[in-house]
Formats: sequence, C-alpha cells, structure tokens
Amino acid sequence: MPPRSDGPEQIPIDADDDVVRVRQLVRTYAQQTKLSLVDQTKLVTAASELARNTLIYGGGGFARVEEVSDGRRAGVRASFHDEGPGIPDLTLALADGWSSGSGLGLGLSGARRLVDQFDLDTEVGRGTVVTVTKWKR
Amino acid sequence: MTDAGDAQRLTELLRANADSLIDRWVGEVASLLRGRATRTELEADFREFFAALLPLVGNDGKDTGAPEFAEIRSLTEEYSRARVRAGFTPSETASSVFSLKREVFALTENENDPELFRQVMVFSGLLDALGLLTFEFYARARDEIIREQSEQLLELTTPVVKIWEGVLAVPLVGTLDSARTQVVMEKLLEALVETGSEHAIIDITGVFAVDTQVAQHLLKTVVAARLMGAECIVSGIRPQIAQTIVALGIEFGDIMTKASLADALRYALRRDGVDLVHREVR
Repeated sequence: MPPRSDGPEQIPIDADDDVVRVRQLVRTYAQQTKLSLVDQTKLVTAASELARNTLIYGGGGFARVEEVSDGRRAGVRASFHDEGPGIPDLTLALADGWSSGSGLGLGLSGARRLVDQFDLDTEVGRGTVVTVTKWKR
Repeated sequence: MTDAGDAQRLTELLRANADSLIDRWVGEVASLLRGRATRTELEADFREFFAALLPLVGNDGKDTGAPEFAEIRSLTEEYSRARVRAGFTPSETASSVFSLKREVFALTENENDPELFRQVMVFSGLLDALGLLTFEFYARARDEIIREQSEQLLELTTPVVKIWEGVLAVPLVGTLDSARTQVVMEKLLEALVETGSEHAIIDITGVFAVDTQVAQHLLKTVVAARLMGAECIVSGIRPQIAQTIVALGIEFGDIMTKASLADALRYALRRDGVDLVHREVR
C-alpha cells in the first residue's frame, strides 16, 4: 500500500489502471486526514470521475494529491492536469446529462457536487486543470 | 568483432578442464542457493549450458540476438523460467551465470599469457551479456505469471451463485472496470439461461466506490437481464454509497435496489409467491 507522505504526491494518468491508482492514492490521503467515511467515499468518487475525464477527454495527464489546511481545518486537495483539447463550452460541460463522449454526462457536474471546493481552469487547445478540495468537518 | 578462431587457447583450456570447472561451478551455485536446488539438477543444466557456450568462446556477446546464440538463448530462457516458478530472485538467477566467470578467472589467473588474458576478458563480456539475458527472461516470465494471475482473478472474483430456486446472486468485490463488468454480465446472462432463473441479485457490498462508469455498467447489465425476462435487484448499497450516488445525480430509475442481500432475497421470494414465516417454537 502507498506509504504515508507529507508532501504532495503526483502520479501519471495514462491508462485505465492509473485511474484505479489515483483512486487508491486519494483514499489513502482521505483516511490519513481522517475524513468521515461518507466524505472519503465522495472524494474518492469525485477523483475517479475526474481522473477518468483526464484520461478519456484530456488524452492523459497526471494527478496531484496533497493534504492541505486553511488554519482551522485539514483537508485533502486533488488536482487533475491534462494538455488535451480543453473545454470550449463550460456551461454545457457542467450541465447534468451532457457528454461529448458516451458516458452518463454526470462526471464533471457530479464531481462538483461531491466536493467542497471545485476549480476548473481550461483553455481551448491548451488543456484543463481541475482542482477539488474536501475539508474535514 | 572477434571470431571463435581467435580464442583457441581459451577454448582448449575450457574443454580440457570442463569436468572440474563444471564441478566447482555447480558447487558454488549450490551453496549460493543454499540447498534450494540439488547438485544433480544444477549439474544437468550447467553441462548443457557449458556445451552450448563452448562454440561461442571468442564472441563478445554484443549481439545476443544473432543466430549462433539461438541455442544458448533458449537454454537461458528455460533456466530463468524454471527459477521464476521456483521463487528465486533475479540476482540469484543471474549469479548462476556470473559464478562461472569467477571459476574461469581462477583457472587462468596463473597463466602468464597476455593473449589468453585478452580472450578471458572477451569471454567475461559474453557471460555478462548472458547474465543480463537471464534478467530479461526472468522479467518476461514474471510478467506472464502476473498476467495469468490477473486473468484468474477476473474469473475468481465474479462467481454467480444460486441462492434459491429461481434466484441468482452475484457478489461484486473490489474495483469494477469495463473488463470485469463484461465478465460479470456475460456470466450472469448465461447463468440466467442455464438455470431458468427469473431473479438476479447484484450485490455491491464489496465495491468501495460507485462512480458514473460503474453505475453505467450496472444499468446496462440490468437492462440486458430485463431483455431476457429476468428482474435484477441491486443490493448492498451502503449509506456512504447512497449519499454519493445522490450527489453525483445518478438515476437508478425503476431498478429495484435494496440495502442488503437479505432484503433483496426476501423481495425476490415474495415476488415468486414464497412467504417466509416464523414458526412458533413451543
């Protein structure tokens, strides 16, 4: 199992197996930070969606996971980076049930609802970075 | 590139001392492996290896893919594979080859012949190349084992069990990816036909997270089963999974879901007209 680490950890997302690896890494961090079981599951599920997006729509990239603190509470932050085509229409991409692929169209919008903070930075032709944070209650 | 003719002196020396050389080589490797391989086994392997090696003396081993290496390659491969299966480390496997080098050095160190020394150096390079080859074969054999095992696991982790007349259950454990879901779906649909069951319970207690892809796979399986006239019940939805599914916005529609496998079984039985009653105990 992944060893406990203090700094941010970065792993590539280039294949289906990597999505599983990202999920396990996020889970390790979530357990370390002692998020509740529900929050762990939510964060891991969000990470799973976003990592798969990075792979399928971004053409691969990497994920970065770290423990964060805002002074009052601890949390886990995960970011997903790709250098893919970017998202031309954000409103559409974040709408429930819309997918440019063959999925359910809930991944991105659903992931946003599963976490406390959701930042999306995208530029057409340059790539996309999605950062999510879940705070400990 | 030197050809074998250049190394006549070394070849003759090796041939003349073959028996004692192999004997000491076997002895060293046997003590290295601390009894995990018998001397007789090693001796048979090494004799064969040595015989295939002799014509290559003088070759520097830079191109082990060349046709003249065919025999020694296949011997090395066989040896490495057998070692992987027997649980030896790659270092132990490669050391078997490197040990011969030490014995050859010992054999030639007292000869004051610069030409022979040059030949031994070339021979040493050849053994290095063969040693590295064992690593390559070792890794390849191990990859094969891993692949075999993950295929076995795929089969293992997806049993379809009959829990009542007309009721099948599929307990899912771990990560659901496309490959596994495909196996589950096929097995379930086949089992439905074979047993003539009308109910199938897919239990996801052992699934850590249900994301949209897993949900999509589940939905497809349920719809496929329905097309065959069977009703699917998804059970084992734990509280955290339920909350996550709601937040994600996944709609299970008219698919029957239950918290536990027991609930699902009771529901299926009731649909079949079977009632479970408590007998009064006197």
